Amino acid sequence: MAETLIRVQNLRKIYGDKTVLRDISLDILEGDTVVLIGPSGTGKSTLLRCMNLLTKPDGGSIWFDGEEITAPGIDEDRVRTHIGMVFQDFLLFNHLSALDNVAIGLTKVLGMDKEAATEKALRELDYVGLEEHADKYPGQLSGGQKQRVAIARALAMDPRVMLFDEPTSALDPELIGEVLATMERLSNEGMTMVCVTHEMGFAREVADKIIFMEGGVVVEEGPPQQMFAAAQIPRTREFLGKITELYGDHE
Amino acid sequence: MSELVELFARFSGQLWTGTVITVQITAVGLLLGFLVGLPTALIRVYGGPWVRWIAVLYTELFRGTPVLVQLFIVYFGLPDLGITLSRLAAAYIAMGLNSGAYQAEYFRGAIQSIGSGQMRAARAIGMSRLKAIRYIILPQALRLVIPAWSNEPVALMKTSAVAFLIAVPDLMGQGKIIAARTYDPITSYLAVAIIYIALVALLMLGLQWLEQRLRIPGTEVEVQRV
Repeated sequence: MAETLIRVQNLRKIYGDKTVLRDISLDILEGDTVVLIGPSGTGKSTLLRCMNLLTKPDGGSIWFDGEEITAPGIDEDRVRTHIGMVFQDFLLFNHLSALDNVAIGLTKVLGMDKEAATEKALRELDYVGLEEHADKYPGQLSGGQKQRVAIARALAMDPRVMLFDEPTSALDPELIGEVLATMERLSNEGMTMVCVTHEMGFAREVADKIIFMEGGVVVEEGPPQQMFAAAQIPRTREFLGKITELYGDHE
Repeated sequence: MSELVELFARFSGQLWTGTVITVQITAVGLLLGFLVGLPTALIRVYGGPWVRWIAVLYTELFRGTPVLVQLFIVYFGLPDLGITLSRLAAAYIAMGLNSGAYQAEYFRGAIQSIGSGQMRAARAIGMSRLKAIRYIILPQALRLVIPAWSNEPVALMKTSAVAFLIAVPDLMGQGKIIAARTYDPITSYLAVAIIYIALVALLMLGLQWLEQRLRIPGTEVEVQRV
């Protein structure tokens, strides 16, 4: 039985008079790939951002590796080094080469010396298949390449878990595959992953668990076979049907 | 024309001294303005409400009053408070504080245009706010600001001419002395104007070189002429 790596308990987030998350509770097991799905505006991204404290929840708690990271006085920066995040719009550092994008966290956050950091950064770029583009700047890379550099940047910190916030939504269709392939490989190698995505093919093939959210609550969760073939709640079936039709099953 | 050449030859010493002082006031004012303006901009973007209010007060005070008034207050007003400054020091401080207010606005615009995404990405790999500003936000903002900020050294150099009103012997001050000696204000001030424009041209070249050198690959915008 795998250990619980992230435990979310009664998480609540309110923006103005809109409650985005209503008492969400869920467990992410070590080594699992969890896919969060649901209509836009249901708080999937907010939930993801709460997990690495980029957004402060208004209630409830989050536990990471047995430690309550929502407790007052916690060193957020230290927590974040263990939680990698990949954004929809890549957010590469525009003034740095691909190599330096990956290396800067190693030197400036972990205090690694430049030589060791460069070596590690090159290994990470190699992992995502971009070693030969190490000297290019974000402005010289394609969307898919940018996103793979962003994955390498997060991986370089040796995170315990990777959060993916719609990593392929901003990509041209022909570039989605290379990013999904990298994610799939990562998942197969045992990385704990939480992904917000509309890629149903990826969810079906790679996920250990699918969580369907709507209106700030978890409607239903289960392994992909069960969710796709025999979802208990009609709304889940309806959504999965629609999204599969819209985004296809390309994998 | 021959009068002009003659005047340059006859007063080369004074004109040179004046040029040196003008360049000095501009350089010190610019540096002081940078040292005041950059933190002011950072406070306005990232600071808490109280310090932000102070930053706004400073910029609006110095942008909202004539630089000559500021210079007179520093030179003639501060002695009442027991602070007596040399003429040149008063010019440095007045120019520096004035320039700082304008530079703060240039920097603020550049920092804000970098966007919150870069900050979020930096925080996501475990950088503190300060580190994110130092290693991610500022390197981009300071490059981005150059074209707009380039106005400031040029404007400051010309504005520094007001220093002659507290008898600083800068380029303008020398022009006035030469005009009084030669009874030929047109030629005198023409000579001064030529030196100013030459200095500005040099500045522009330097700034253009800086902008080229610091350009980030892949960010060139292709201008299409239709």
